Amino acid sequence: MGYPHEPHSKETVVLSRYFGDKSARSYDGWVERGGYKALKKTLDMDPAAVIDVVKESGLRGRGGAGFPTGVKWSFMPKEKNKPHYLCCNADESEPGTFKDREIMRWTPHAMIEGCAIAQHAIQAEVTYIYIRGEFTEELAIVEQALREAYSDGVLGDDAMGSGKKLDMYIHRGAGAYICGEETALMNSIEGKRGNPRIKPPFPAAFGVFGMPTTINNVETLAVVPHIINEGAEWHNSMCLSNPKSVGTKLFSVCGHVVKPGNYEVTMGFSLGELINDLAGGMREGRTLKACIPGGSSVPILNKEETENCILDYEGCIEQGTMLGSGGVIVFDDSADMVYQIMLLARFYAHESCAQCTQCREGTAWTTRILERILAGKGKTEDLDLLLDLADQMTGKTICVLSDSCAAPVVSGIKKFRDEFEAYINGSREPVLVHG
Amino acid sequence: MAEDQVTLKIEGVDVTVPRGTTVLEAAKRAGILIPHYCYHPGLPVSGVCRMCLVTVEGAPGLQIACATDATDGQVVSVFDSAASDARQAVLEFLLINHPLDCPICDQAGECELQDYVFQEGRARTRYSDYPKRFSPVEDFGGDVLYVPNRCILCTRCIRFMDHVAEESVLNVSERGDRAFIGIHPDAVLDHPWAGNVVDLCPVGSLISKDFLHKAYAWQLDRTPGICTGCSQGCNITIETRDNSIARLRPRTNEDVNRYFMCDHGRFEYRWMNSGDRIEAPLVAGANGLVATDWSQAIARCAEIVKGVSGKAVALVSPRASCESLYLVHQLLKDFELLSACPVEVVEGEQPLPGVPNLALRSERAPNVEGAARLGHGAEYDKALEAVKDAALVFVLDDGYSQFGDDALSGSENLIYLGTSLPDAARNSSVVFPMSNAAEEDGTYVNRDGRVQRYMQAKTAPGMARPAWWITGALLSEIRGTDAPATAGEVFDRMAASESAFAGLSYETLGTQGAFANKASGAGVGCDS
Repeated sequence: MGYPHEPHSKETVVLSRYFGDKSARSYDGWVERGGYKALKKTLDMDPAAVIDVVKESGLRGRGGAGFPTGVKWSFMPKEKNKPHYLCCNADESEPGTFKDREIMRWTPHAMIEGCAIAQHAIQAEVTYIYIRGEFTEELAIVEQALREAYSDGVLGDDAMGSGKKLDMYIHRGAGAYICGEETALMNSIEGKRGNPRIKPPFPAAFGVFGMPTTINNVETLAVVPHIINEGAEWHNSMCLSNPKSVGTKLFSVCGHVVKPGNYEVTMGFSLGELINDLAGGMREGRTLKACIPGGSSVPILNKEETENCILDYEGCIEQGTMLGSGGVIVFDDSADMVYQIMLLARFYAHESCAQCTQCREGTAWTTRILERILAGKGKTEDLDLLLDLADQMTGKTICVLSDSCAAPVVSGIKKFRDEFEAYINGSREPVLVHG
Repeated sequence: MAEDQVTLKIEGVDVTVPRGTTVLEAAKRAGILIPHYCYHPGLPVSGVCRMCLVTVEGAPGLQIACATDATDGQVVSVFDSAASDARQAVLEFLLINHPLDCPICDQAGECELQDYVFQEGRARTRYSDYPKRFSPVEDFGGDVLYVPNRCILCTRCIRFMDHVAEESVLNVSERGDRAFIGIHPDAVLDHPWAGNVVDLCPVGSLISKDFLHKAYAWQLDRTPGICTGCSQGCNITIETRDNSIARLRPRTNEDVNRYFMCDHGRFEYRWMNSGDRIEAPLVAGANGLVATDWSQAIARCAEIVKGVSGKAVALVSPRASCESLYLVHQLLKDFELLSACPVEVVEGEQPLPGVPNLALRSERAPNVEGAARLGHGAEYDKALEAVKDAALVFVLDDGYSQFGDDALSGSENLIYLGTSLPDAARNSSVVFPMSNAAEEDGTYVNRDGRVQRYMQAKTAPGMARPAWWITGALLSEIRGTDAPATAGEVFDRMAASESAFAGLSYETLGTQGAFANKASGAGVGCDS
């Protein structure tokens, strides 16, 4: 649902408070709304103290992995003998996810302020904002905000009069999904092909240009100023379920719902309520069939699991899936799950960086088998073959793109096996000509 | 236990290695080859082929042995079912688009894909009903052809060009299963060391135009040699088929050339295969040179040498072995001797930037240093000038010296040891048919002073014999000493009498060579 609109009463608006409010985009507008107070405060703090606040706040990475942010920052060398870098991951490309885009569109200064605070905490003089190539409107907005931040003295050689040097550069992606993976992102910034790197070494030791680097998601960084302003306790206490998952989270709901859009709720919110209340539920005469709660890379939930799923890191794991990036893709009873899964596999086959054998060949082979099934040429042994390939594509490669292709296939076959079998045994008309 | 050593157990075998060694390298020490493609000890680790997956106790999931450090107490299994299944899957994935054209592939028999599929692959693929992807062969320039259909995208070639040759002309183009090795549109693969990508390629994807369809790997006999292309002394393997050299490849020597050799060196085999050869000893008769047998020729030559005195000139080849160069000096030691060898000097070295102290050197001969140490000077023009006034002229040449037609004229007593007979040598008193560097055992000294052995890779034509044998037989005839039976025997005599070889023995030189111990004369090894 587009902005502006009134937030739903069950939402907890922190990041999305000014979504739809054009005047919040400018430097002046942002300062009027309390912007850059947190940065000013931070610049007077010891970097270690900033990290401690973020650690205490319980903030976890919003890009997908859910790693505690303060702990990640604490991995950076305390003794600074090399340049440190911060990378802001604005390469939001996960199918079904469109939350960072809204942050950049409406509150670019929230991101910039978050970056500046993180930069101070990890003692980095430079932030690279790696922005997805397709984000043209967002790019223009962030560029404008960055210009203001420099001209108004927030950034530069004497950031907010603190005597500290804070610089930020925008680096545009060129359309590769894999560049959202942190090590591929660093390679891309370096001007190399966006291939994930083997770890170790980890970015905190050997990151962009071989220097200690921290990579954070836009949403993660945007919430940091609020934590500085309101305190760790404020953030830590926002919790509806498991105390390990706190704060608010933006969920991008898309698919077969009446009101698709971004909704910000407190961690531990019910997925069923998110779909049925906030997103307006199913279209008339339709019923819920399945849901992918965390972006296209996580296992698919069936109706029961969806209704029982608690939206936090642990609640999703309990249902056999992951919170991921918070891209909620909803399918109603009209959805052809085989076709949907084939589309996902095709996406991953297209985006595989081609380094690891299992991913390069496995994603393409998986896609071909799914296409064959949809063309009515599937064989009974195909499902076992798909599962076996998925097993070999999971946990064996440099990054998790291959695992991400396998996850919907495995969960799809497990939960919607009859749909696959219907194509294979001929009881369902083929929907593809070539397979 | 030393602080810098770790002990781990791989497939039940305990092995102790320096800290920082990878599991893959540690396994090699334990005698276990963990299958791999992208890993190569001469290249940075990329960890992309995922073939070397092994089980490390306590680690989550399988680990790649090429990028996992060996740690104390680690327990690694290579052939358990999880790791074996994972590697079998990788092999099945790699074969999806592989043409299986082994019968017409140059790599067959030395192909790591063939080997590992045979060792642990599936009997049949499950990738049925789809045609294999086809892309035409591409000429990368230089000596290299790219056969994309066979490529497994291990990226060894790219990493060699990026990090060792430091001329980044190759890349991975496209993504997913459409990916292939691309070359910069304005570039050709003509770096002086580019031929190494053919050796590095674990499959038949990068192939040598020069070697194309010459032989199958199993038809080749392999002999350790030393490259004759320059004074670097790269260790090589001479590969022959039916007594003809099919190709030269680098042989690993961490201290000299690591895993590499230059393209100039690769083509040195051509002169060694030359068919223009002297096949029998010749002595001067009334109507010119006539063929004879060894004993007649040696007796005649001894007679000449014994019958003259005063000035002698020796013209020797910088490709001759130390053994023969040493004996030439012994043979002519009673003369007022002027001895020299010609050295072709090509301005500008061609270094391989990623390996310290490795280059195609300006001095284009393998034994310049050995000749100098054994008293054969560099004043070749002066020696050539002195031929006219010499009582005896002794030539030892394998075609290296390009004698002008009159270069050796005016000499009464010309003894010629050679592989072919140039017009300049037609007035010889005695001509001995000599083996070339591929046809004999011997040693060379490289520019850094490393003494290295090379071995006989093919038989010499006709009656040709090694130069050390000929000079040894002459010495025996003249002085009554024992004639040496092997190059090793000559070497050990030389080591006993020449300080430049003190402390060395033919046996202990082994296949990696050694430095003469200048100080104490004891011990063998590398002092660089």
